[in-house]
Amino acid sequence: MRAYIIKRLISLVPVVFGITILTFILIHMVPVDPAHAYMTATNTPPTERAVAAVRAEFGLDRPLPEQYFTWLGKALRLDLGKSYVSQEPVLEELKHSFPSTLLLTLAAVGWLILLALPLGFLSAVFKDSIVDHLSRAFTFVAASAPPFWLGFLLIELFALKLGLLPVMGKGSWQHLILPSLTLALNYAASYTRLLRSGILENLKQPFILYARARGLKQKLVIGKHALKNALLPVVNAFGMSFGYMLAGSVIVENIFAWPGLGRLITESIFNRDYPMIQGYVALMAVVFVLSNLLADIASAIIDPRIRIGDDRVGV
Amino acid sequence: MIGLGFDKFLSRFVKHKAAVLCLFFVLAVIAGGIFAPWLAPNDPNKIELKLKLLGPGGQFPLGTDHLGRCILSRLLYGTRISLGSAFLVMSFSLTIGTAVGIFSAYRGGRIDNLLMRLCDIFLSFPSLVLVLVIIGVLGSGMVNVIIGMILVQWLWYVRIIRSLVLSIKERTFVSAAKVAGTSDMKIIFRHILPNVLPQLIVLSTLDLGSLILHFSGYSFLGFGVQPPTPEWGAMIEEGRRFIRSAPELMFYPGMLITLIVISFNLIGDALRDVLDESVT
Repeated sequence: MRAYIIKRLISLVPVVFGITILTFILIHMVPVDPAHAYMTATNTPPTERAVAAVRAEFGLDRPLPEQYFTWLGKALRLDLGKSYVSQEPVLEELKHSFPSTLLLTLAAVGWLILLALPLGFLSAVFKDSIVDHLSRAFTFVAASAPPFWLGFLLIELFALKLGLLPVMGKGSWQHLILPSLTLALNYAASYTRLLRSGILENLKQPFILYARARGLKQKLVIGKHALKNALLPVVNAFGMSFGYMLAGSVIVENIFAWPGLGRLITESIFNRDYPMIQGYVALMAVVFVLSNLLADIASAIIDPRIRIGDDRVGV
Repeated sequence: MIGLGFDKFLSRFVKHKAAVLCLFFVLAVIAGGIFAPWLAPNDPNKIELKLKLLGPGGQFPLGTDHLGRCILSRLLYGTRISLGSAFLVMSFSLTIGTAVGIFSAYRGGRIDNLLMRLCDIFLSFPSLVLVLVIIGVLGSGMVNVIIGMILVQWLWYVRIIRSLVLSIKERTFVSAAKVAGTSDMKIIFRHILPNVLPQLIVLSTLDLGSLILHFSGYSFLGFGVQPPTPEWGAMIEEGRRFIRSAPELMFYPGMLITLIVISFNLIGDALRDVLDESVT
């Protein structure tokens, strides 16, 4: 198991470096250089002298690799620099916004499980029944509609017409329901499909036939043997989806005026607040690696073949 | 080889009735965009505050928005940007991806290795974040969003095309061509490209749907199309302030995006089925 985790780390950690280096190169390659962006953000007139002073202050006159390693060294000590706009440390701003986004994403994960598990399971077990047709119609619409539009439809229905839930903002637990559902719908659709096809695929396998031949109850056969095996790709894909959902909150936060990372990064992009953008990307990369690692560990726990890394056991 | 003539292909495709219906819908919408100047009943950008938020009927078949602009005309003109941008992103990244992918798979070696490492790093990471970074650096605007999307998208095609080419490269007809002394260029264009093309068509059809969704998302965030240019995602964004008084402002463009994306997905699925049948 330890060897397996180390192996996964070796392939995951380069993502953090690759993504931050790319961001770094992009920021330093474009027409509006960081010094000018800083002057615009702080409303200082960009005179020759002022620009030179800013360059020297931020070390922008140094060679690019040196700048990256300086940034990396500081980042490892949790110093991500100061926001151009608010002059607050980037880390403080991220710390302030991250919990809201994390809460939103975790609630969305809750919806995902609540929707995709029963829908995928029922539509596989009762294939071609009315349940199956309804669930497939749901997955088609939820996967094809723009998430921001779905969000507004939900607001229209549950907040305005029925008056059951608040329209936007953050506060009580009721505020969490619609944004997290909006964030989850797209993923719920693809996971329902993944689970359905996984169960159907597994039901064709010889071990299911064997379990049936042994006279095991149908419920046990489907529940224990087919479902457990069908969950594997789901758990695996989930590590990646978590990062995608965390990123996807950008749109949801803008619909529901949810004060999280997404709103912070949209503002930072409009202001060309480069240290914020760089910090956001670094945070996303780290979270991404962690969630993938957790998913890998979870699938290793479910499936001993992965843990042992022995091909003879599998397939 | 995919020895499927056009007649046979067509006769198999029309069996997928839903996909045929979707194809007609997509073609109708595209035609609506192309012929917008003749079809649109009004100037899409003409502001007439006296006529704001009118219901459907008369001069305005779908009513007017908060500035008194004709919704139907804006939807028709919006097609050009919403679909056009997706086609643009798709064709650019497909062309670059195909060229690089074929080269990488055919030559192998160090460049191939480097490209695959790049794919490993960037393809697993949420593309939304990457595009946002590119927009953050280049600045917002439609062209920059399209550039950002192409920069992220092309690597996808490299990886897929590379694996397709690798599987064909070892087939007998390619070896035979090599032994016969055919030049690399000719092998690529005469033997390899025609064999990966059908799969590429399926892939790009399925991708078009998600590209449309993404592009409208960036417009919704305010990064893409700037007002008053009509675009579906931007129309939803403009309509959001009137969700209480005039929810239909958001309803029409959202419905249109959903239907178009569903259509592309169904067409792509049907094409894949037809291809699979012809292989087996």
